[in-house]
Amino acid sequence: MFYREAGDFHTTYTSDSQTFPIKFDRYRYYVVLAFAFLVVPFIINDYWANAIMLPFLIYAIAAIGLNILTGYCGQVSLGTGGFMAVGAYACYKLMTAFPEVSMFVHVLLAGGVTALVGVLFGLPSLRIKGFYLAVATLAAQFFLLWLFNKVPWFYNYSASGQINAPERTVFGFEVTGPNAAASTTYLFCLVFCVISALVARNLTRGTVGRSWMAIRDMDIAAEIIGVNPLRAKLSAFAVSSFFVGVSGALFFSIYLGAVEVGEAFSIQKSFLVLFMVIIGGLGSIFGSFAGAAFLVLLPVALKVLGVDLLGWPTDIVAHFQLVIVGALIIFFLIVEPHGLAQLWRLAKEKLRLWPFPH
Amino acid sequence: MSEQFVFALEVTLNGLMAGVLYALVALGFVLIYKASGIFNFAQGVMALFAAMTLVGIMDGQVPFSHLINAIFGTDLHYFGWNVPALLAIALTVCVMVLLAWCVQRFVFRHLVGQEPIILFMATIGLAYFLEGVADLMWGSEIKTLNICLFGESGCLPQGINETIDAVTYEWFGYGFFIDNLDITATIVAAILVVALIAFSQYTKQGRALRAVADDHQAALSVGISLNFIWVLVWSLAGFVALVAGIMWGAKSGVQFSLSLIALKALPVLMLGGFTSIPGAIVGGLIIGVGEKLFEFAIGAPFLGGATENWFAYVLALVFLVFRPQGLFGEKIIERV
Repeated sequence: MFYREAGDFHTTYTSDSQTFPIKFDRYRYYVVLAFAFLVVPFIINDYWANAIMLPFLIYAIAAIGLNILTGYCGQVSLGTGGFMAVGAYACYKLMTAFPEVSMFVHVLLAGGVTALVGVLFGLPSLRIKGFYLAVATLAAQFFLLWLFNKVPWFYNYSASGQINAPERTVFGFEVTGPNAAASTTYLFCLVFCVISALVARNLTRGTVGRSWMAIRDMDIAAEIIGVNPLRAKLSAFAVSSFFVGVSGALFFSIYLGAVEVGEAFSIQKSFLVLFMVIIGGLGSIFGSFAGAAFLVLLPVALKVLGVDLLGWPTDIVAHFQLVIVGALIIFFLIVEPHGLAQLWRLAKEKLRLWPFPH
Repeated sequence: MSEQFVFALEVTLNGLMAGVLYALVALGFVLIYKASGIFNFAQGVMALFAAMTLVGIMDGQVPFSHLINAIFGTDLHYFGWNVPALLAIALTVCVMVLLAWCVQRFVFRHLVGQEPIILFMATIGLAYFLEGVADLMWGSEIKTLNICLFGESGCLPQGINETIDAVTYEWFGYGFFIDNLDITATIVAAILVVALIAFSQYTKQGRALRAVADDHQAALSVGISLNFIWVLVWSLAGFVALVAGIMWGAKSGVQFSLSLIALKALPVLMLGGFTSIPGAIVGGLIIGVGEKLFEFAIGAPFLGGATENWFAYVLALVFLVFRPQGLFGEKIIERV
């Protein structure tokens, strides 16, 4: 009823192979984009920006990055926190070294630096597979954190060992520091998030994406039919780390403002992003958004429910959150290993047939 | 004999002791991986859960007391009794067996036949779940673990071993600092390994366990119950987790960081190979000695210290590049 492709004829190859071939889908997507760009900036306030929108957008970028590596290329990584830290520290060094350059450039360059580091730590993936690789990426996580903790050059020899984002602008609008307006920071992150999603979506349905998926499904078979595993795996590591680095840079400069590396980018962060990808759906860009939204909203919702409504102590609510997240992950793996994205697909399928399911 | 050499010798000895403790955690991993192909990330949290349960039972804490107080507005904390250590250990073993049954019944029975990576992620979920339950049950504050087996005697010894100190002072003119607890842990680990090997070689269940590890379907066809074996294996892993939890808990207090030893056990497994019990022990010793010696020789003097955080992983990484299946692992054969 709502969701029909009847009467929706494609006359060119381009229109047939676009991201949203169904008209209803396409308009919904435009409406969401228009709402996000034109309406939300005028109604957003500090609480909504800091508690929900900024973490959601930033984690969505990180989840897209990890989804490319784990969901599309099949290489499990537990080093996301470490790569986010690379993005944050690269951004910090660039911000302090070139104050006059736009933040936009800094964030992109930080992503580039992270991509290089990602390729370096991706090299062992050519020999090591499966669990062994997952554990090997822990080496990146712990080594990078230690490096940023111990080498004073990275935090500009500050006494506390923290890094603090100085005030920087984009087109004359302040985006970092305490005086940045909620709507500017939101728009800045939103631009990155939308671009990331577009790039990721188009990469994954092109040649590169196909070679990633071939490697994921069976790497030896892929090699035999002519996919170069070196290029496929390393490009997956590079692209994935680029997104993760961008999200780390935004996480530090826009969202937190000040970072202590051991706290902000610990192994817990790696797991959090991995959970977003699992709950959202491995190998789905929409899933990355759904997973990020879910795990950002869950603690907020639990806090509102437990602390504000029921009056429970915060530590009990925090423990409950662990229990619920753990149970949900197991639940999703049992009931729907393809995550929220698959539920969404099923819902769309149902909508197409409604109200005549037979 | 130079002073540096004597120091290095002491560091090596301490590294060996630490390695034994790593191996103790790694053993639990190997047991489950061999029998069911599940890479159990929750092993560290199981150690935490076991140690917290043990302390909670010994102190007579009311389980979920914080939660009950928050919901019903009561003020419960303790039953007001103390359970003797042996009984408490027995009760904790029962709890771990129950846990093993629940894990098998509610999680992995539904995931039979899934890809290994899905099972691995399920155990990460299990780790979060268990951690939350442990904190809800017993509270998240740091607890001290003092175990005395027979009333006042038979306690876990703590502090420097005087004999070794005196003997080495006589030999080298410098007394080694070796913790009594580490020595005990080494002895316990040795007993545990011998017991495990004896169990798997000489008992009916042990043979069934090895059969399942070899080939699930063949084992099924000769009438071995897979469900029973998996519950058994998870119980054994729970028991190993309890022993590891007691040793680590007595060493550094029962607290959240206990669950992080699972992360330390991972490079041990990679080095030793996921499927080999001797591998877990040798890997543990190599990692223990390696990280302590590296910190002593290079980390502390030149790199600003705290290299123990990452050295094990990097060592395992470099090692795996040359031998992807670990030291004692089965050769990886891939077919298209």
